[in-house]
Amino acid sequence: MITAMAPDALLQVDDLAVRFHGDAGTVAALNGVSFTVRPGETVALVGESGSGKSVTSLAIMRLTPPPPGCRVTGRVMLRGAAGEALDLLALPAEAMRSLRGSRIAMIFQEPMTSLNPVLTIGDQIAEAIAVHRGGARAAVLDAAAELLDLVGIPEPRARLSAYPHHLSGGMRQRVMIAIALSCDPALLIADEPTTALDVTVQAQILDLLRRLQQRTGMAVIFITHNLGVVAEIADRVMVMYAGRVVEQAPRRALFRSPLMPYTAGLLRSVPRLQVTAARVALEAIPGNVPDPTDLPPGCAFAPRCGHVQVGRCDAAMPALEVAEPDHLVRCLRWRDLASGTPG
Amino acid sequence: MTDGADTILEVTELRKWFQVGGGLFRSSTALKAVDGVSFSIARGEVLGLVGESGSGKTTVGRTILRLAEPTGGSIRFHGQDITHLSRRALRPIRRKMQLVFQDPFASLNPRMTVGRIVAAPLIIHEPAIGRAERNRRVAEMLRTVGLSPGHAERYPHEFSGGQRQRVGIARALVLTPDFLVADEPVSALDVSIQAQIINLLLDLRTRLSLAMLFISHDLAVVGHVCDRVAVMYLGRLMECAPTAELFANPRHPYTEALFSAAPDPDPDATRARIILTGDIPSPINPPSGCVFRTRCRYALPACADSVPPLRGVGPGHLTACIRDDLALQPAT
Repeated sequence: MITAMAPDALLQVDDLAVRFHGDAGTVAALNGVSFTVRPGETVALVGESGSGKSVTSLAIMRLTPPPPGCRVTGRVMLRGAAGEALDLLALPAEAMRSLRGSRIAMIFQEPMTSLNPVLTIGDQIAEAIAVHRGGARAAVLDAAAELLDLVGIPEPRARLSAYPHHLSGGMRQRVMIAIALSCDPALLIADEPTTALDVTVQAQILDLLRRLQQRTGMAVIFITHNLGVVAEIADRVMVMYAGRVVEQAPRRALFRSPLMPYTAGLLRSVPRLQVTAARVALEAIPGNVPDPTDLPPGCAFAPRCGHVQVGRCDAAMPALEVAEPDHLVRCLRWRDLASGTPG
Repeated sequence: MTDGADTILEVTELRKWFQVGGGLFRSSTALKAVDGVSFSIARGEVLGLVGESGSGKTTVGRTILRLAEPTGGSIRFHGQDITHLSRRALRPIRRKMQLVFQDPFASLNPRMTVGRIVAAPLIIHEPAIGRAERNRRVAEMLRTVGLSPGHAERYPHEFSGGQRQRVGIARALVLTPDFLVADEPVSALDVSIQAQIINLLLDLRTRLSLAMLFISHDLAVVGHVCDRVAVMYLGRLMECAPTAELFANPRHPYTEALFSAAPDPDPDATRARIILTGDIPSPINPPSGCVFRTRCRYALPACADSVPPLRGVGPGHLTACIRDDLALQPAT
């Protein structure tokens, strides 16, 4: 079960599971998640609330609450700066802390709550640089100004003494990106980084991330619920539902020939920006996102699925099968559905 | 389309300024959240109001419903000027105009059953009807929005986001209004649930011939729901047109930029993306002339001179851009 780290992998996640124990019983927030991220690649994690996409990133960063409230099992391997394989879940806390921010960095959805309101922008960027790289104060502030310039903040020198409330949401997210990039990470985990932003600002931030990635060659795990954003930035996509990966494919294959009925339904239900669209009913997925404390037996999507076979789909959890070399699907019926059986 | 007796709502030069700052030795300044907005909505028509945060679209909705006092301009509802009506005089009018909120988690009282939440407007506005009749109307309304009458006994926390939004819609519709302000009604919902609520609103507008002001930042959603679309930026209307016309033939650079920035779930999309520089300016100190000129790639020196008025450029198509020589990219 434990395999060696693939030679071309930057991050390799095997059978990752996260369980929360609380008064209401145990919640399996994440089950059997396995994937790899190669250097320079963008992998999108797509899912709705409760799908486990954010928990995946927190578990990789070891930022989930401590046991006994929360238990993380499985294996997360990261390629270190010298090419060594690091077992993140087994690493001493100290070593993990020095990896965070330097080898793997993370940006969050809400740039207002992620920045400290009583420290200047300059102090917050300088802190990240000083902790991981050290150096004289003047040199650190120079580096901070350079980073602000890199992420497209005008008058970077003057901005160093600004406080977060002086900046707009888009500018704050740029500051967060500057902090994340301060130590030249090999992997950036971006958890809904544009969800709180306006579309015109979202376009700016996506463009910025793309240019930075080209320049630094970092890999990105991009967590989002927005399929439009996925179509734009991802190389590969993992679709999550109720704590499991239900489909994984290169971007084009996922959008053009989705195999899991959930993915297909999601793609059909999203309104498109079309001249001809007016007042046509959308193809909605019926039902609700399942409650993680009360998951249905078998395939978690079965109660909402138009292709469900009662007695089969709700009997046992389907395995994640290899449909194409790079296309995985968790559906008992993917073969009938792919071969054109309509419905 | 929006003239004459068929007009349900007519908003003229609406202004809503907030006084900010100020103190003993400093005068306050005006934040012009809404600055001279005019539009009308016909009976049964859905007008989309699009814009980014800070554009004033929510303030327009709240001011029309008189939840915020207008600073200037007028609001006529069913031909009656309601701009300065007293609270008491507004009461019978409020029955006819209702609001659906964005956040289905914050907008329902967690201590009330769904039945009481939906019955509350009836208790206030139709105290004369008996309990049995009230319960019958609540049950009927729950069925209308796709819930079951049995749900009346349950509390909001027992429901998912989409179901709660249905409760919010039921509460808004129980008095059989003919005008609804829906303020970002699907933005807080999961992707797979949004389409359900959009379809419900489409279905209800047909069945109940509701007129709606549909406030959203999502142009794709607006394209599916609305008959006409008004685009707002920094407190002013930039463009207003029938939906298909606006999507096929935008006449304001801001509209073009919004279309271009909207992420398209098509992996082979090859649109040239227009990336606006900078952020929306402060509404306390907006740019002179056209408020969009500081981010507009087509801006001319003349754009700074005076505020461009909305002018007709086609049937029902108004734009606040002074340039006629632009070939702007359509939505698709």
